[in-house]
Amino acid sequence: MKKPFAITLDPGSSLANHTGSWRTERPVYVDRLPPCNHACPAGEDVQKWLYHAESGEYRKAWESLVQNNPFPAIMGRVCYHPCETACNRGALDESVGIHAVERFLGDEAIRQGWLPEMKEKETGKKVLVIGSGPSGLSCAYHLRLLGHRVVIMEAEDRAGGMMRYGIPKYRLPREVLEAEVGRLEKIGIEIRLKQKVNDVMEVMEGFDATFMAVGAHIAKRAYIPAGDASRIIDAVAMLHGMESDSRPRLGRHVVVYGGGNTAIDVARTAKRLGAEEPLIVYRRTKDRMPAHESEMNEAIEEGIRFRWLSTVKSMEEGSITVEKMVLDEKGFPQPTGEFEQIEADCLILALGQESELDLLKNVPRLETEKGMVKVDHAMMTSRPGLFAGGDMVPSEKTVTTGIGHGKKAARHIDAWLRNADFHEEEREIAEFGMLNTWYFSDAPKTVQPVLDLVRRQSTFDEVLSGLSEQNALFEARRCLSCGNCFECDNCYGVCPDNAVIKLGPGLRFRFNYDFCKGCGLCAQECPCGAIKMIPESI
Amino acid sequence: MSLQPVKFYQTGTFTVGNRLLDESMRAVQANMTRTNSLNSGHRACQGCGEALGARYAIDAAMRAAKNRLIAANATGCLEVFSTPYPETSWQIPWMHSVFANAASVATGIAAALKVKKKNDVRVIAQGGDGGTTDIGFACLSGMFERNDDVLYICYDNEAYMNTGVQRSSATPPGARTATTPAVGPHPGNPFGTGKNLPLIAMAHQIPYVATASIANLHDLEAKVEKAMGIRGARYIHIYVPCPLGWGSLPSDTMKVARLAVESGLFPLFEAEHGEITSRIPIRRKVPVEEYLKLQRRFAHLFGEDRTAIRMIQEIADRNIAKFGLEEK
Repeated sequence: MKKPFAITLDPGSSLANHTGSWRTERPVYVDRLPPCNHACPAGEDVQKWLYHAESGEYRKAWESLVQNNPFPAIMGRVCYHPCETACNRGALDESVGIHAVERFLGDEAIRQGWLPEMKEKETGKKVLVIGSGPSGLSCAYHLRLLGHRVVIMEAEDRAGGMMRYGIPKYRLPREVLEAEVGRLEKIGIEIRLKQKVNDVMEVMEGFDATFMAVGAHIAKRAYIPAGDASRIIDAVAMLHGMESDSRPRLGRHVVVYGGGNTAIDVARTAKRLGAEEPLIVYRRTKDRMPAHESEMNEAIEEGIRFRWLSTVKSMEEGSITVEKMVLDEKGFPQPTGEFEQIEADCLILALGQESELDLLKNVPRLETEKGMVKVDHAMMTSRPGLFAGGDMVPSEKTVTTGIGHGKKAARHIDAWLRNADFHEEEREIAEFGMLNTWYFSDAPKTVQPVLDLVRRQSTFDEVLSGLSEQNALFEARRCLSCGNCFECDNCYGVCPDNAVIKLGPGLRFRFNYDFCKGCGLCAQECPCGAIKMIPESI
Repeated sequence: MSLQPVKFYQTGTFTVGNRLLDESMRAVQANMTRTNSLNSGHRACQGCGEALGARYAIDAAMRAAKNRLIAANATGCLEVFSTPYPETSWQIPWMHSVFANAASVATGIAAALKVKKKNDVRVIAQGGDGGTTDIGFACLSGMFERNDDVLYICYDNEAYMNTGVQRSSATPPGARTATTPAVGPHPGNPFGTGKNLPLIAMAHQIPYVATASIANLHDLEAKVEKAMGIRGARYIHIYVPCPLGWGSLPSDTMKVARLAVESGLFPLFEAEHGEITSRIPIRRKVPVEEYLKLQRRFAHLFGEDRTAIRMIQEIADRNIAKFGLEEK
């Protein structure tokens, strides 16, 4: 016995006391699916690229972004950003201006000439893409990143599809389009222009797989009795004509018939061509118009007029006759028998578009639906090896959806070429209630500078300008990082048992289950909902 | 700590750290090399506010004193859960004697250091509200009036938790404890009793008095750092919820502490030589119910007669007016 007076035990540290055995629940770090990512038709990992943008690492942010979407400069301009509608910050103050940051990154990439990293080895496989719209280009791009050779056949004399022939310049300057499409050629994608495909069976020969995305270029018509001198044109032809040397001549009084985004585009284009207060005629009410609100508001600011609850009955020289409608209890417009004459030099029909499916005539037993091609979960048609996407398959007709189709098809084509299956991982959605919003400071949204109204009404200059670097950084930093750790050290700080181990910048944290008592403070105080408590099996 | 407001950040300085902020603006607790003065393996209950408060305060003091620190500890939860013989969770020189005399022991340590001319070694005394406001009060008052060079930190969980939740003079009105049961016409701790130790400390005209909460870590650390930069008697009163004694969820410890501040029931302020010099304004004001309803010790107040809740709200409103807690 060698102990000092009154001492019976050796001194020891409490580290011998593994309090982890008290636990009935254990915390685990999770990466939940942020609502922005979930809402993005192109499947962008928005939270992830914003994370890099937050620290000013724009190149890294851009590289992360283009893993899912080859066109940030275009998308930052033309996408209706469902990500922002879904953004959890909207419930706190205002949603993050994701599109504005995306556009900033896209413009920065163009300015600096960034190219995506090509990580995969050449596979030796060759894929044909028919159509160089958003969907075809996106598919080609993703296939190329996966190491396949890609040839695009395009009927027109320039690439871009509806991004060129459907979206006016004031929303998408052509040099931006050229730059982002040009980047695809730089990574080795071959685009063959003026190569209209008349029979897909013929051109498929020699390729390991084919992706079709010919879009929907044929305007839907409505029968409107018209005199000889009256002028009725369709929206597709009019917007297409904007890309040729001779711009369409419309006259002073222009009426647009339809309620979608194309109707708005056409009316705003007509205004810029000199029409006085173009009028949009739509058979239902304002709140039932399919056009997006932001576009409608910009149109109203520019002096576009609307006439709701009206159908066009006939056209005479210099005027049209409209009939007033009322909505029945089911919300369908019903005629009232009341007519009115409206001055009109020109009537533009924007009543929707259809696909030309003539190229599929020799494909045996091809399944179609309402003039569109049916595809399965892998974007494959009923013919093995023939895939399709974009406006020619049933879905929402936006650029972003098209880009999403292209990506999805590319990943399935890649799997199909390897006789494998492609599965997307399922993640729990990070809902607003999972966040601890106490920790987020108040920060209102950055407003993009808007082009002076007079210039907007007379020129095709871009309406919205981009954000400055300072503003883009601020906007990126408004991201709540829903469902994904952004290393705020809260869990590390609030654990009463020092059972959270900080691994260092970029490496996040680890739990020390020897000492974690399972109190749940870390999960409760995590601002972004990236910790989950799960029952312990005792 | 710099008090310059950080705009345009996701979290500002509300979180413990922030990868976008300069190292110097992150809390001591964000640092990978923090002392962890109170180490793992201690026997505090799940979600213990006092264990957090002690690590926050002593880690900050250790940094301020360049790790030259001795602490005297009163009897209480903190002492019991951290040092069951022969184990200790403390990674600092630490001394316990009895319930009443932590302040006196610290005074003695400070005197010894003075004799040995070890000016760089700093002294802290710490205890719970029982050891501070009741049992150790005479010794503490003596330490104050002699202006001994000691920082006394009280971890206030508003009752004697270690012995089974008996009322102390820091127990708030209306709260149920083992000795103030929720029975009779005026259930719980009677209104009009108890004492406010920070104000009593101020009445001693000592150089520094502050209140702090574990729910405002940056403020807590700044106050400890400031106190460590001053010589003479200093007092910091830290609000630390007790899930077991208060009947709150262990995972709600921070939330309860936050709501105590946001309702106005626990004002955060600093005073020098008896004068209040700063206060932390309420960020998102809440009615006292929000705070009370998370704790079973107040459950009996939510019957048909809500008079007691109204009286507690009046206390909060008086605090807000008295300490100027609303930003104009």
